[in-house]
Amino acid sequence: MSYLIFFIAATGTLAGAIGVIMLKDPFYSVLALVVHLISLAVLFMLLQAEFVAAAQVVVYAGAVMVLYVFVVSYIGGQNLTTGQGPGRAGTLGAFACGAALVIELFIAVLGSGLKAIGTTGAHTAAGFGNPERIGALFLTKFLAPFEIASYLLLLAAVGAVTLARRRGGLEDGVEDPARISVADFMRPRPYYTGTLAEGFGHPDSLSASHAAERQERPT
Amino acid sequence: MTIAWYLAVSAIIFVIGAAGVLIRRNPLVILLCLELMLNAANLALIGFSKMWGNNAGQIFALIVMVVAACEVTVGLGVIVAMHRHRLPADVDAMRELRG
Amino acid sequence: MSATTAGWLVLAAPLLGTMITAFGFKLLPGKTAGWIGTAAIAVSFAFAIVAFIELQAQSPTHRELTSSLWSITHTVGVNANASILVDPLSVLMILVVAGVSTLIHLYSVSYLEGDEGYVRFFAYLNFFVFSMLLLVLAGNFLLLIVGWAFVGAASYLLISFWYRRTTATKAGIKAFVINVVGDVGLVLGTFFIFRGTHSLDFLTTFHAAPHVFAKGSGGITAGCLLLLVGAFAKSAQIPLHTWLPDAMEGPTPVSALIHAATMVTAGVYLIARMHPLFQLAPAAEDVGAIVGAVTLLVAGTIGLAAVDIKRVIAYSTMSQIGYMIMGVSAGAYTAGLFHLMTHAFFKALLFMAAGSLIGAMGGNQSLDRMSGMRKALPFTFFCFVVGGLALSGIPPFAGFFSKDDILLQIGSRGGWYWALYVAGYAGALLTAIYTFRMIFRAFLGEPCAEASELIEHGHVFHPEQPTNPANGEVEDTGVGFPGPVHAIAERAAPMRIAMSLLALLAVIGGIVGIPKTTSWLDKFLAPTFADSTIHLHPSNGLLYFGLVLGTVVGLAGIGIAYYVWVVRPGIAPAVAKRFGFLDRLFVNKWYFDELIDALVVRPAAWFGRFAQGTFERLFVNGTLVGGTTGVVRAGSAAVRSAESGFVRYYVAFVVIGLAGIALYFLIST
Repeated sequence: MSYLIFFIAATGTLAGAIGVIMLKDPFYSVLALVVHLISLAVLFMLLQAEFVAAAQVVVYAGAVMVLYVFVVSYIGGQNLTTGQGPGRAGTLGAFACGAALVIELFIAVLGSGLKAIGTTGAHTAAGFGNPERIGALFLTKFLAPFEIASYLLLLAAVGAVTLARRRGGLEDGVEDPARISVADFMRPRPYYTGTLAEGFGHPDSLSASHAAERQERPT
Repeated sequence: MTIAWYLAVSAIIFVIGAAGVLIRRNPLVILLCLELMLNAANLALIGFSKMWGNNAGQIFALIVMVVAACEVTVGLGVIVAMHRHRLPADVDAMRELRG
Repeated sequence: MSATTAGWLVLAAPLLGTMITAFGFKLLPGKTAGWIGTAAIAVSFAFAIVAFIELQAQSPTHRELTSSLWSITHTVGVNANASILVDPLSVLMILVVAGVSTLIHLYSVSYLEGDEGYVRFFAYLNFFVFSMLLLVLAGNFLLLIVGWAFVGAASYLLISFWYRRTTATKAGIKAFVINVVGDVGLVLGTFFIFRGTHSLDFLTTFHAAPHVFAKGSGGITAGCLLLLVGAFAKSAQIPLHTWLPDAMEGPTPVSALIHAATMVTAGVYLIARMHPLFQLAPAAEDVGAIVGAVTLLVAGTIGLAAVDIKRVIAYSTMSQIGYMIMGVSAGAYTAGLFHLMTHAFFKALLFMAAGSLIGAMGGNQSLDRMSGMRKALPFTFFCFVVGGLALSGIPPFAGFFSKDDILLQIGSRGGWYWALYVAGYAGALLTAIYTFRMIFRAFLGEPCAEASELIEHGHVFHPEQPTNPANGEVEDTGVGFPGPVHAIAERAAPMRIAMSLLALLAVIGGIVGIPKTTSWLDKFLAPTFADSTIHLHPSNGLLYFGLVLGTVVGLAGIGIAYYVWVVRPGIAPAVAKRFGFLDRLFVNKWYFDELIDALVVRPAAWFGRFAQGTFERLFVNGTLVGGTTGVVRAGSAAVRSAESGFVRYYVAFVVIGLAGIALYFLIST
């Protein structure tokens, strides 16, 4: 029984992965990744890592992918990518690199001296991947990584806000970069250029101008 | 299934992710392939955790997930900023590092 | 105050004078700098007299006093202090140098009036006197070389004092380069001697030398010959003499001080000071004597043909120094130094008088233009005559006694030195002829235009357009060129006072060495030369013969000059045309300049061009520098092509690298 689940899950994983790299539309790539993630969660469960599987589905597939979906819809499709692709040579080269790498990894894994790889693993108790066990470990043995991970999340959040924030006072195309002063940053923004205006699609905002450009260009 | 199978799947996913980074030009898709590689690593970690009977691998995998989340956040922030400045969403067009 | 303290103060006063004038360059109005400079040297002369008195107060065997202020270097094998040696020789030299310098400074106070570089002149002149005093007071080779080099530098600064004249700057460079050749000889000679005696200190070296070097051995002969090279360069002997006539580009007080009385006598001082070493190298002594004799003859012949009045006096200097070098090389130390002293007096006097004459001519120095200045410049004429008589060796003037003393000692050495004896008297004849040629041409005859202006209208001639007397280039009277004022002795009291004192000394200066009567100089210098191994005992017969011959030769020279240039003025050009070859030889200064140009200057210039054009350009720049940078550029271009800017290529490199590392680890295990 577990063989069957394994093969289905493995197929789903691989299919999702191939879908990510082969599908043209970025949105479809995101959906393929979601498929991949859920299959991966099944594989985790087979390995008695229940909590990790749950976290995978909730956090990864649930939050991170949703974030991806937002951004993909904001940015739009691949009609913004122009010019040449990698070409046949580039694609074949990439696959050759990949093939070389996977063969090496196979040799490394299968020819390794670790005898335990050939087994189904150590005998573990029933509550191996339980939240209780993971929680206990997080708060005793791995307390430091836990805390540092929380700092990391804080950093990322602050970083994301900073990156996406609109700078106050300076518009695109400033006349003389050498004469920018701190006062320019402190000045309040002109009306209808803030993020809220952008979200509501005010005609003076940036996204409206983007939309107008997109309207002009034949899609 | 022996652990070896899981490791083989992990290796294949990793390589698919690496190839994807090399092929695609849309930065969003490149980030997705990055996620693929991280997931492959997670799978390997969970596999070894089962092999040793030690929960440390699962803890590590959770932390990796945290890191992946942070990285996605910041990466998507960069892509949004790129889009705001009307730069084309094409890594081949970002050539300022050219020496 | 002890003699050595006085010695240090002798050095300190001109140094202080230099500092004050140099740093107070903008603050000293009018002639203040001149008076300060003169006062500094006068103070130095006063201390020289104190040193003299203190030295004489010691017993005759204790008259070589050293004093050292600090240790310059005390390292492996070399031990040198800043020490001075006060002994009769150095005291004589500082008396002469400080005394004559004071009078020349006094003269310059008026002579350079109106020149924009007035303060600079006195700073340089004081620096020169300091250097010369350092040279003669030095107690070891190190300070001697330092003083030697400083004197050369001061000479350069002063020759090219009117620095906007290219003739002056070229002359300064020529003097400096030739003096550097001499410096090299001096330093190498010092090294040869140091190698044997392992001491730089004079007294130690002189005591050790006879024990270390065998008489006539290679080391000491080489050292003394190299010292001679230094002496010849500084004293303008053949073949290193070509700088001295060109050095007349400097102002006349400079010519008087440096190129008559002091710097050019440094070579004579050197040989006299190093006499214990020279006596161990008879070959070097012979070389010195021969070169001195040759120089005095050659310079005398050129003086017959020279037209620029200062150059006539310059060649006369060269000739008289030839006498001195001949004397001290042959062992007649006291005689040579006696002539050094008297020569300082009458040569400085002659130069000062020439300065006054040139001032009256409005800056023109050519004998062809001068005539009949007797009534216009009576005092100058008087000084010229006194100096000329002293120079020609007419008794009872100073030059008579000193020159005859040298020739007497040379004659009493015997052997082939008789040839030098004859050469000396031939030179004396030439000296008298060219000296009085100069005097008769400039002062007797019909007054020239400049003279008439002075006699009739009472003001000194001024050319409308100042020109360079050497090549006629037009100049102005700003800084770097002579000033607008042309001073003459009749009008300027400081000049008159200085010249009068020197004239007095030229007349009575011989009193310190009248043979058979006073031997003050001999007795004074005896402690220094007590260790001389050359003992000359001239016979009475030779003495009287020499005295008479000297007088006769001098008077004959004056007579010939009078006949040729006053009684029958047309003879001179006729003789010149008849002996055309000789005339050309003398006018072109025996072609020494051309010879040095062909032997030294052209090969050096060719080598420089070759080095720059071929070696530097092709090899160093092209291959070494260009090749290296080319290789680096090519390499970096190759590496730069990997920086394409495509992120995906970078990622590809990462993946390939990862595969490579995995492969490596797979293979190695």
